[in-house]
Formats: sequence, structure tokens, C-alpha cells
Amino acid sequence: MRPKNQRLILVSAALVAVILAVLLAMWGLRNQAAFFYTPADIAAGKASDGKAARLGGMVEKGSIKHEADGVTMQFVVTDGKATTPVVFRGIPPDLFREGSGVVAEGHLQSGVFVADTILAKHDERYMPPELGNLAAEHRAGKTLVK
Amino acid sequence: MIAEAGLAALWLAAGLAAYQFVLMLLALRSQIDVVRPMRAVAVVQGVLTLVAFAMLLLVFAQSDMSVKLVFENSHSAKPFIYKVAGAWGNHEGSMLMWVTILAVAGAFVALFSRRTGERTLIAALGSQAVLALGFYAFLLIASNPFARLFPAPPDGQGLNPLLQDPGLAFHPPTLYLGYVGLSVAFSLAVGALLTGEVDSRLARAMRPWVLGAWTLLTLGISAGSYWAYYELGWGGYWFWDPVENASLMPWLAATALLHSINVLAARGALKAWTMMLAVIAFSMSMVGTFLVRSGILTSVHAFAIDPERGTFLLALLAIYVGAAFVLFAVRGATLKEGAPFELVSRESALVLNNLLLSVILGIVFLGTLYPLFVEAISGEKLSVGAPYFNSVAGPLALLLAALVGIGPLLSWRRERRPVLGQLKIPALLAAGALVITIILAPGINILPRLGFTVAAFLAPASILPLTGRNPLRTPIATWGMVVAHFGIAVALTGMAANAAFSSERLAVTKPGEMLSVGPWQVQLKEVTPAAGKNFTALEAELQASRGAGIITLNPQTHYYSDPPTETNESSIRTFWNGQLYTVLGRADPSGGWQLRLWWKPFVTLIWAGGALIAIGGALALLGRILRRRRRREPDWRARYV
Repeated sequence: MRPKNQRLILVSAALVAVILAVLLAMWGLRNQAAFFYTPADIAAGKASDGKAARLGGMVEKGSIKHEADGVTMQFVVTDGKATTPVVFRGIPPDLFREGSGVVAEGHLQSGVFVADTILAKHDERYMPPELGNLAAEHRAGKTLVK
Repeated sequence: MIAEAGLAALWLAAGLAAYQFVLMLLALRSQIDVVRPMRAVAVVQGVLTLVAFAMLLLVFAQSDMSVKLVFENSHSAKPFIYKVAGAWGNHEGSMLMWVTILAVAGAFVALFSRRTGERTLIAALGSQAVLALGFYAFLLIASNPFARLFPAPPDGQGLNPLLQDPGLAFHPPTLYLGYVGLSVAFSLAVGALLTGEVDSRLARAMRPWVLGAWTLLTLGISAGSYWAYYELGWGGYWFWDPVENASLMPWLAATALLHSINVLAARGALKAWTMMLAVIAFSMSMVGTFLVRSGILTSVHAFAIDPERGTFLLALLAIYVGAAFVLFAVRGATLKEGAPFELVSRESALVLNNLLLSVILGIVFLGTLYPLFVEAISGEKLSVGAPYFNSVAGPLALLLAALVGIGPLLSWRRERRPVLGQLKIPALLAAGALVITIILAPGINILPRLGFTVAAFLAPASILPLTGRNPLRTPIATWGMVVAHFGIAVALTGMAANAAFSSERLAVTKPGEMLSVGPWQVQLKEVTPAAGKNFTALEAELQASRGAGIITLNPQTHYYSDPPTETNESSIRTFWNGQLYTVLGRADPSGGWQLRLWWKPFVTLIWAGGALIAIGGALALLGRILRRRRRREPDWRARYV
């Protein structure tokens, strides 16, 4: 190869690589990105069954129930406008409490959110930003707007 | 007084950085000799930042609560090591550490870099000064670590208990040394682009920095992965958390740079491409810093949510990366391409390596930033997690790992020998591994199955460059390459085994009851209260056996009061063929306890592989340094001595 051709080939290879990366990423993101929903969004039918999603809101007071196996729990997440029932199998995080904020990762299955992971407020300074807004609005007594 | 001394040192260092930049401008415009003053300025600047950092360590060690940062992140009852390590377990302290490493790296370049042309060195030191200047401004204006509180509060708010771990003493400094080590590659590239001296001498000057930074990044990432694995109690070693990606992206770019720089050093080819990678590698370090430090992300690493800081960092990032890319666009095209090579050659293999690494980097980059883009544009919130990264980047990583076995066998410029013939045994072993996993484990997923196959190919293939050579005469750098490539196969085996054969058990267990997980029978004996220096705890006693012998594990739950937090302390036992991982959950009204158990066959190979890769990097670095000593290249600085 002459140097000039060589450079041309290298530049085209790099371009192809960039385009390939973007195409692969777009394809993957369309299929795999998990949207963040509030119970109101789910009530409005924005989430589709079986697709990876996140649910955020407050754990409704008095809603945590344990199943007989001791490791499956059900609770209700509320955003003040609507509620979504959640089922979770596992050890909930340290600060998972009734009345406190929560983000669940999982998917919706016929109206019930099946959570694989639960993230709760860790300490005063670590709080998921999505939840930070929700909590602030909640405190301010505002209606929760999407 | 200590805090004020630290602040003063920081201001002085910032002033010197500005002076260093001015010196560079003068030198590039006229022919005056500025090398000596620049070297002195760079060294003093490095020493001053070290002084500032030492002052910060001192106020943390003394628990001086009149310093705001200590009050917010420390507590007098904390163990001493966490008081000191807590100095960088927060935003301001970690940024001071970043700047300190940046300035000290600049001092080292000034003292020891003797390979580049004089003007390139001047330009590189100027670039390093500009980088440092931006981060000094960030510290002094938006993140002063030495701010005082009046009146001084009686005691501090404490450190996030997740960070109260020996990992904190090791993981952030290692990672930062790696991040910031890449700044030297960036500055040398900028300097060389300014002077047009992009040649193999430059590559040889840059290589030790890239090797060192890359080795430390590898260590830091591996250590961080193991830390998350045992500390979070989730049983996973990599979560594709944006902050993890923030460390992976510079690593991917540095890996590509590490390989292309060899082409530039040995053959003088891939000039523009290598300069581009040097710019991208440090840009990725800055992107990582921005993602982590701006608080834009959800993570234990995101200490504070502060829009001012985020905007400041974003502006710095935009200026530096933008300027470097403009410089590259203007000067990159004027570089003469080096020695030609044919399609089948070491150079081509390294180009392919670089292209694949770049594609993976692009995929990780887009996946990490996509949620930010979407939220900025449409306000919709989403997250991108493991399913995306595994399914999109995973197959490409496997392809790359397979090619790692072939590339080193090719010779420079053109390959006329039948290289594939050497690969008979690795190919047979790979086919064997594929057949065995299909027969013995028909149910496992495709990625782990291919992982075993590629590892079985790569492990023997990676050693082939040593065949037919006298091991003692083989250059140390070649040993380094072989060890690192073999480490990839080892890590890959661990990942595949963990993905394919882990067993998990989660159940409520009453004292005396048995649970089985994998080959293990685990009995809960009792749960008793325990106490630590600054926490109270519940401790379970578990007895596990698989046939002969009984071992005891004691997972704990810790309750901290400053700040009020609980953490699960897993108890992990390592065996030659895997790890038994146990976590104590909560009490159940029935009188039982939630227990979570994992048996993870060969999971330790993941970090063993990471360690081998880092050792390979260290060997290569050692080899380059020893070789340089032996060769005694002419040194332009000799005339000043």
C-alpha cells in the first residue's frame, strides 16, 4: 500500500467503526433502555408489560406485606395521584421503610410491578435524583407533575 | 492555621501554573530559553500541591471540626485510617487529590522527560499548566476544601459507612493516578501537535506514562470491582453503573492508545490516530470526573448535587476537549503518514484492535450518556443497564479477546509465514471447550459459553509468542504482553463461570435449620449482637460443609449512628474452586432470619485475571525503563547539567 492509500483506508475504517458503534448503540438502546415511571404514568398506560422499567415514588403507609416464604414482599408505591402494587423477592435495602422514597427496577406484569432490585434513600446525601425531585415536591405539598 | 496554609499553597500553585503557561507562550513565539525556569516552576508547583494535600490530611487526622469539609465528612469516633482516607472520600478532597496528582505528574515530566524535542516538552508543560489551572480555579472558586465554620461544631456528621472500608484507602488514589497519568499523554500529544514533532521519539516518551496510567487504572478498576462485590452484598462484581463506566471508558481508550503507541514507536506509523487516542483517553478521564463529581448521576460516588459545580466542570471539559480537537483538526492533517504496511501485518492487527476497542468505547459512552441526552431533550427519565451493555458490547469484547490470541504472532510490516498453523492447538482446545460445555451444561447462555470457548483459545495462544525463544533473553516487555494477554483469558474464564454456574439461595431460616446452595449445606446456628468501634451489629453464625470438614462464616448487619445507616457485611470464604458468599438480611416475625447465599465457582479468577493484566502492564513498563537505561540515548538536557 502506498502511504496515501493507507491513510485513506485507515480513515474510512475509523469512520465505519464510528458508524457501526452508533448503529449498534441505537439498536441496543431502543430495545434495552428502561424508562422511569411514576404510578400515575403506569395508571395512564405509558408502560408496556414485560419491558425493563423503573418505578419511583413513596412506599404507602401500612402497605408492606410479607408472604409466607419470608423473602417475598408486597407493597404499594404511590405518587399522590395513583398507586402501583409491587412485588419483590429479596433483601430490601437498609433504609427501605413505609412512607419513604423508593426506586424499583424491574418490569410490569399485568398491573403489578415485579421488582428485581430496590433502591432506597441511602443517607441524607445520597438520594436518586428522580426521587429527590419527588420528595421535594411532596414536602412542598405540590401535586406531583411529570 | 493548617487549613489556611493549605489554601495559601493552593493559591501559590495556581499562580505558578499561570506563570508556567505564560512562559510557554513566550517560548513558542520567540527563541528565548525557558526550559530551565519552566522545569523549576513545574516542580515547585507540584511540591505546593503536595503541601496543600498534606494539610488536608492533617486537618482530617486531627478531626478539626472547624473545617467545614471535616465536619461534613468525618466524626471523632471514626477509626484513624478512615479519618485520613475520609479526606478523599468526598467531593472537595477528591478534587484536591486530582489536582495534586496532575501537578506532581507535571513535575515528573519536567524532571525526567528527556526523549521529546525541547520545544515539544515546553509545549507539553504549558498544556499541563493549563489543565492544572482550570482545576485550581474549580477548587478555589467552587469547591474550596479548606473552608472554615464559625463557630466550630462539637462533632462531625460522619462518613458514609459504605466508604468505611480499607478499599477507600486504595481504590480512589489508584484510579486517580491512572486518570491523571493520562493527562501527560494528553499534554505530550498537544505539545507535539503544536510543534509538529509527532514521531517515534515522542511515542517512546509517552509510552511509560500510558503504561503506568493503564496499569494503575486496571488495578483501580479491579480493586473497585472487588470492593463493590463484597461491600454491597449483592453478589455482583460489575453493575454497569454509570460511575463504573466512567472508569471503564478511559481504560478502553488507554488500552487502544497503549497498542497504537507501539506502532508509532516501532514503525513511525499511525501518527494522527495515536495523537487522537491520547486526546480521547484523557478526555474520557475528564468525562468520568464530570459524571462522578457533578452529581448528575445516581450513585454512592455522587456525593453532592450542586448545579454550579456541574456547570463549572462541564465548561472545563468543553474548553479542554474542544481546544484539543480543534488543534487536532488543524494539525492532524499536516502530519506525514509513517512507514507503510500490508493488510496482513502486526500493524493491521493493532489497527483492528484499536477499531474494536473504539467501537466498544463508543457503545459504552453512548449507553452511559443516553439517559442524560434523553432527559435533556424530552424530559423523559430512563436508565440503561446490564442488558444493553452485555448484549451490545459483550460479543464485540469476545471477538476482540479472540483476536488477542492472533495479533502478537504477526510480524511488522508484512506477514508471509503461515501463522495460522501455529494456532492448531489453541483452536482444538477452543473447539473442545465448546463441545464440553454443550454436553455438560446444555442450559447455559450463549455469552458464557462463548466466553469459555474464547478463553480456551486465548490461554494457550497468548503464550505462543514465547515459543522457540530463550525465556531469559526474551525482552521483559514481551513477557509483560504475554502475562497481560493470558490474564484476559483468566478473567474471561472467571466471568463465564460466574455467569453460567453461580447458584443462589434466598430464604428465611430459623436457628438450627439447613439451607443448601450449590454443593454446600449451610446451617444457621444463631444470631447474636456484636459491637464495633462506631457501630452496633448483629452477627450470624453459619456452619457450612460440603462433605468433609465444617467451616464457620459470620455475616453481619452493621448499624451506624453518624449518619444513621445500616449496612450488610457479607462473609465470604474462598476455596480453590470458588467462593461461598453469605449475607444476613432482616429478622422475620416468625423468629427466623433472611439469609442470602451464593456459591460462585471460580469467581476469583475475575480479579486474578485483572491482577495478571496489571502485572503485565507493570512488567512492560519495567522492561521499557530498563531498556532505556541500557541504551543511554543522547540527552539534550546534558548540556544544562
